[in-house]
Amino acid sequence: MTATAHAGARIMPGSAAIAEAMIAAGCRFFAGYPMTPFTEVLETMAARLPDVGGVCVNAESELEAVGMAWGAAATGTPAATGSTGQGLSLMQESLAEIVYSRLPLVVLNMARAQGDYFQATRGGGHGDYRHLVLAPCGVPEAAELTQLAFHLAEKWRAPVLVMGDYYLAHTHQSVSVTPLDFGPLPPRDWALDGSTGGTGAAKLVSPLSDAKQRHAAGRADAGYDLAEFYHRHVAAMERMVTDEPPRHEAGFTDDAELVVIAYGTPGGYVRQAVRELRAEGRRIGWLRPITLVPFPSDVVAEAARRAGSVAVYENNQGQMLDDVRLAVLGSADVRFIGGLSLDPSGFGIAPDLDVALLKRRIADLHDAVTGRRRGPEPEPPHREHPRSRP
Amino acid sequence: MTPPEPEHRTRLPVFVDTDAPPDAPARLLHDFTPALIDVGAHHLCPGCGEPIAMRSMVEQVDELGEVSRAIAVFGIGCYTAYSNNLDIEVLQALHGRAPSLATGVKRCRPDTLVFTVQGDGDMVNEGLQEVLHTAARGENVTCFMLNNGVFGETGGHMTAATVLGQRTKNTLEGRDAARHGHPIRLAELVAALDGAAYVARGAVNNAVNITRTNRMIKDAFRTQREGLGFSFVEILTMCPTGWFVDTVDAPGYLDSALAATHRPGVLKDARKGLEFRTPAPKGSTT
Repeated sequence: MTATAHAGARIMPGSAAIAEAMIAAGCRFFAGYPMTPFTEVLETMAARLPDVGGVCVNAESELEAVGMAWGAAATGTPAATGSTGQGLSLMQESLAEIVYSRLPLVVLNMARAQGDYFQATRGGGHGDYRHLVLAPCGVPEAAELTQLAFHLAEKWRAPVLVMGDYYLAHTHQSVSVTPLDFGPLPPRDWALDGSTGGTGAAKLVSPLSDAKQRHAAGRADAGYDLAEFYHRHVAAMERMVTDEPPRHEAGFTDDAELVVIAYGTPGGYVRQAVRELRAEGRRIGWLRPITLVPFPSDVVAEAARRAGSVAVYENNQGQMLDDVRLAVLGSADVRFIGGLSLDPSGFGIAPDLDVALLKRRIADLHDAVTGRRRGPEPEPPHREHPRSRP
Repeated sequence: MTPPEPEHRTRLPVFVDTDAPPDAPARLLHDFTPALIDVGAHHLCPGCGEPIAMRSMVEQVDELGEVSRAIAVFGIGCYTAYSNNLDIEVLQALHGRAPSLATGVKRCRPDTLVFTVQGDGDMVNEGLQEVLHTAARGENVTCFMLNNGVFGETGGHMTAATVLGQRTKNTLEGRDAARHGHPIRLAELVAALDGAAYVARGAVNNAVNITRTNRMIKDAFRTQREGLGFSFVEILTMCPTGWFVDTVDAPGYLDSALAATHRPGVLKDARKGLEFRTPAPKGSTT
């Protein structure tokens, strides 16, 4: 069930593959506001959605984009919106309310670096809520996880966030996007179409309640039973994050003395660096969380317990680091070896995403944790952030 | 020969004799709750205009035979009490965001009758860009604004539609243009946009205005049904609590204060070829 290497594969950028995957997954409503590198997704959806009978609205702001997607989702139409981290900041209030309203929606964060991990996994919005977060690495996986996001959104009646990044959006890879079947879904009996009006049981989609007051037993007065709805909604959300299995990819963790953890595009760089270090005879493993919510805490904890030492690489100042530490709970040494890109554009392939540099950081840490010593090496030609040194 | 009625009974009709216990327990003689409002009881203040406006909206939906195709999108304000109380499908939005949700609903279900219910705080303060963009897009939805010139739900604070001189909890001496700026006349702003097909401002402070407002609501729905573009009805409602006036004086205060700035009338009607013209300045003879 992978989207790779099928007949009919085309070379396309990640943003176009994500858009094609949304259409393959049945998405028929999209609203967005241009912002690099989300812009290309919007362009593709604007061009492609009308061909399949869908609607793409060029929203006047991110606030309106998420509102339109909310309205579309309430009609049971598979819908999506998105932006980069800054635009997602504007959408957080609505995103929280969409979770409370129990509506399926796919939200793309075509982030620039990885500074939005907290925003994605902790939510920038108000109140008690969580939603699933998927973090693909590479265009074929992005095409697959985007389709999975629509399935999970319907399955749990909740927004699912797909965490992309600049590299993913702009990397061209060969990919075949075909509709994937992830299994049966519950009926959309909550969706609004106007038809229940006048029946005495008109539907309500609201963050405050899903039952009108006439249904509340023994109540003739005005008012919602807020507490009953809140507890039911919280229980459903808890079920979602505990029952939905976390996904991850890992290599060489069985006999590793050090495990390097990274997600998204940098996860692919770490994988490559570790493979090369393995070829040099170093017992190092790698682990890439694919679901950030739920976080694959159990496999992280097990890998850390075996290895005794963990390194976290992120293209930020250390955010997933917190989840790794929570998973490990002090049973292993956890070091941060990432850092923000120092590329002046903030976009391009920065020294941080340089496999040679990455290898050196990992190898230095491996030496340190195994007590090995190496001869002095010349400093790299660029500045490093102090925290990025192991 | 029957004895003459006591003098006071000839002057005033007696509905309830409170001097003696009733000979039968209280019973409901006639339920005036409209068919599409599930529970008549509400927690809004005595003298509030919003239940009247709400009733007008649902009655027009009913009279046009659109009950089983209607979807109402509610904003946040006192009127939100009705989002839980209608026998019409309801989508609850955030404060200010209802027009965008209505856009999403209508684009996905073009056969439905979609309308928003918002207040002046919701629509003019928090969500001004939403309603203006939705109108400019010519979105085929109807937006209703219940304008009482005050944040009623917070207990009477200034909105962008509060008229000059109006006392609120944060303009205790009355709204002063030099300190608090000028009120926004939203209907006029909306009417100036090409995508708006029907724009009117009504009021619910007396029977004549309610009848006119009912007609406006119906025409707005007809505009949507005929696919002519965005329709908008602003409805001036009483808020004696937020205005700090007696309940009985609120309809008069609406006339003398609110309606003097936010003037009722039909501003634009594509179905009848009525174009919007910017109102002539005060004192102008042309």
